[in-house]
Amino acid sequence: MKINSKNISKTSLFSCGMIAILFLLNIACSTDETQTVTTLNTLVWEDNFDRSSATDSLPDATKWGYNIGTGANGWGNNELQYYTSRPENVVLNTEGMLEITAIKEPYLGSNYTSGRILTQGLYENAYGRYEARIKLPWGQGVWPAFWLLGENSSGAGWPSIGEIDIMEYRGQEPTIVHGSVHGPGYSGGEAITKSYNLLNDRFDTDFHVFGIEWGPAYINYYVDDVLYNQITPADVTGDWVFDSNKFYIIMNVAVGGSFVGNPNVETVFPQTMLVDYVRVYQ
Amino acid sequence: MGGSYIHSHKYWKIINSYIMKTNKHIQSKITFLLGLILLTTIACERELSEDIVEATFTTNPEVYIDGFSSGLEYYPYLNSKHDAFSVDTEVKYSGSSSMRFDVPNVGDPSGAYAGAIFRDDNGGRDLSGYDALTFWAKSSTAATLNDIGFGQDFGENKFQVSKRGLRLSTNWVKYTIPIPDASRLTQESGLFWYAEGAENDNGYTFWIDELKYEKLGTVAQPRPSIFNGDDINVNTFIGVKINVSDLNQTFNLDSGQNTTVSTAPGYFVFTSSDPNVAFVNELGEVLIESAGSAVITASLNGIEAEGTLTINSVGSFAFAPTPLRSPEDVTSIFSNHYTNNPVDFFNGYWQPYQTTLSADFSINGDDFLNYTNFNFVGIQFANPTVDATEKSNLHFNMYIPDQVPSNFDFLVTLVDFGPDKVNGGGDDTRQQLFVRNSPSIVADSWITIEFSLAAMSTRNNVGLIIFENINFSSLNNLYLDNIYFYK
Repeated sequence: MKINSKNISKTSLFSCGMIAILFLLNIACSTDETQTVTTLNTLVWEDNFDRSSATDSLPDATKWGYNIGTGANGWGNNELQYYTSRPENVVLNTEGMLEITAIKEPYLGSNYTSGRILTQGLYENAYGRYEARIKLPWGQGVWPAFWLLGENSSGAGWPSIGEIDIMEYRGQEPTIVHGSVHGPGYSGGEAITKSYNLLNDRFDTDFHVFGIEWGPAYINYYVDDVLYNQITPADVTGDWVFDSNKFYIIMNVAVGGSFVGNPNVETVFPQTMLVDYVRVYQ
Repeated sequence: MGGSYIHSHKYWKIINSYIMKTNKHIQSKITFLLGLILLTTIACERELSEDIVEATFTTNPEVYIDGFSSGLEYYPYLNSKHDAFSVDTEVKYSGSSSMRFDVPNVGDPSGAYAGAIFRDDNGGRDLSGYDALTFWAKSSTAATLNDIGFGQDFGENKFQVSKRGLRLSTNWVKYTIPIPDASRLTQESGLFWYAEGAENDNGYTFWIDELKYEKLGTVAQPRPSIFNGDDINVNTFIGVKINVSDLNQTFNLDSGQNTTVSTAPGYFVFTSSDPNVAFVNELGEVLIESAGSAVITASLNGIEAEGTLTINSVGSFAFAPTPLRSPEDVTSIFSNHYTNNPVDFFNGYWQPYQTTLSADFSINGDDFLNYTNFNFVGIQFANPTVDATEKSNLHFNMYIPDQVPSNFDFLVTLVDFGPDKVNGGGDDTRQQLFVRNSPSIVADSWITIEFSLAAMSTRNNVGLIIFENINFSSLNNLYLDNIYFYK
């Protein structure tokens, strides 16, 4: 069959057009529908909690230190746990996850042990996107947190140094997390806070992403792909202390105290917070 | 969706190279490729899996919203008050009506309690996509429901669940009864059941509305258990049957509260560490097959249940000697060889000092009393009492497993209840019969013990036998059989 070159080009053009349209349809069909929740994407610091060797199960000492003991009055909140640096309480597991575990056991005068690690003196920064992927524990009186605390070389103390709570959670409310700031005039029970309630799901059955994007005069809070809170100087009932200080990261699981209430007979121990990664972007 | 992106990208490259060729088959190839892309697009939009299995039973989650859902039928229990259930168009949580339950007073001639199943008679529903049965309920008075749940179908009741002791209040509250393992309920016809008796002898009314199955997504942290989570130890014999009991599943709900439901064995998988010693079937029925040890455990949906049963099988059981006395000479309290008088109880569980528990068992249809944690125990038979005037003797067989304690000292006391025929009242008399340690008290063998009743002058209203350790005897575990009075 003799093929007319004009016909071929027409057919080809038409076909190309059809193909292009269908191709575009495919792309449209396959486009990711991610909300613009985060804008800072240059990674500046991270810990993926992978073991450096098969037997080295402690967190990277160049990134994390430990808070030990009961602090002053249960870390200021009548918390019940004694924080230790033992692997029973803080360890990297074989799947590359950080495990912070609260254990019900008598220890140096306390009835519970747990872990609290922090980047104080090791990584301190201002502004940025701070994000962690976490599977939370559960049960009455269990209080995990992912937060930032202002450094205190000025001696101003808390709450003037500022505190940004990226994620706090009460174990007896497994569908709710809270994002807050504490500062002078708005601290403790007066903190500026907003809560996010997960629908048809809970935070202790799978991993979720918790983060903030923090810039001059704003802190945006997000959970997974939902921006749920923005705090600005207009929202706080005192000085905005988040533009003028460097902050470090803290991860911990507390037991009992004034924020969450004490565990009861229904609370199952041990309880573990599983962290896949912590990342900082700018 | 990233997958289909790569898919079409590959085809774009292929198309490109084909267009470059001056081949007379270009046209057909382009058409062919167009068709493929079209298919890809369609596939992309439809998001259908190749592996869809046709669901054969309806997944309708509604049981009662404003009326009976399709296929639902009401079946009250035979001796319950049949008209306890009605439809109420005035009191309801939402919509046009609710389910109304009128629990009868004690003594109501039309039924002793309220209870029924609500069954899908269209062949059952596929409930595997849900995680709980939910409903709103309120009550005319604060009350505690005996049983409420699902999975009872007047058939096998294979996946029956009960929430026991649900507390109702006088205002509408939403309740959640979690499904222990929804993957089992691919064809369930028992959609709802309840049973409730009067509260303090008084009947009352409660209402249920918006009764339906839901996928809440917040039913989590399953903790199944058998034997209420306890680790049970039994010493036993070939031929004995033991049931795994107190099967429960506990979940944490989005309220942060834990809730526990009682479940049928159908949700569990039972395992014996040595099926040659103890074989356990899918209903949790254990049969002891040989001497040795075995541990019975269970799991629900892959999660190990708390609680275990450790079997220590001694082997074959030696039965007590068969009594040879003629039945007309015998008044029997406990024996498989005679007709027994009515017994009020074989263990009075007298508080606060009694420690004795009962672990009675049967082997091949022959029954044995087994007292464990023994200090003292009573067997009462006062309805009616026994007139032992014509019977001159008491007989029983005793078996002490393992070892006779060196300080063995055993007292049997017969109590005559006197003319008032009840325990106490100032007219009772007692006869003490001592079983002292002697070479004839041996372990792992049936001992025959007989006493003359000559010294018991009043014995026409005998109502109680008490067995007890005396003088600090540390006898802990014993079996009794063939307890009877004889001429």
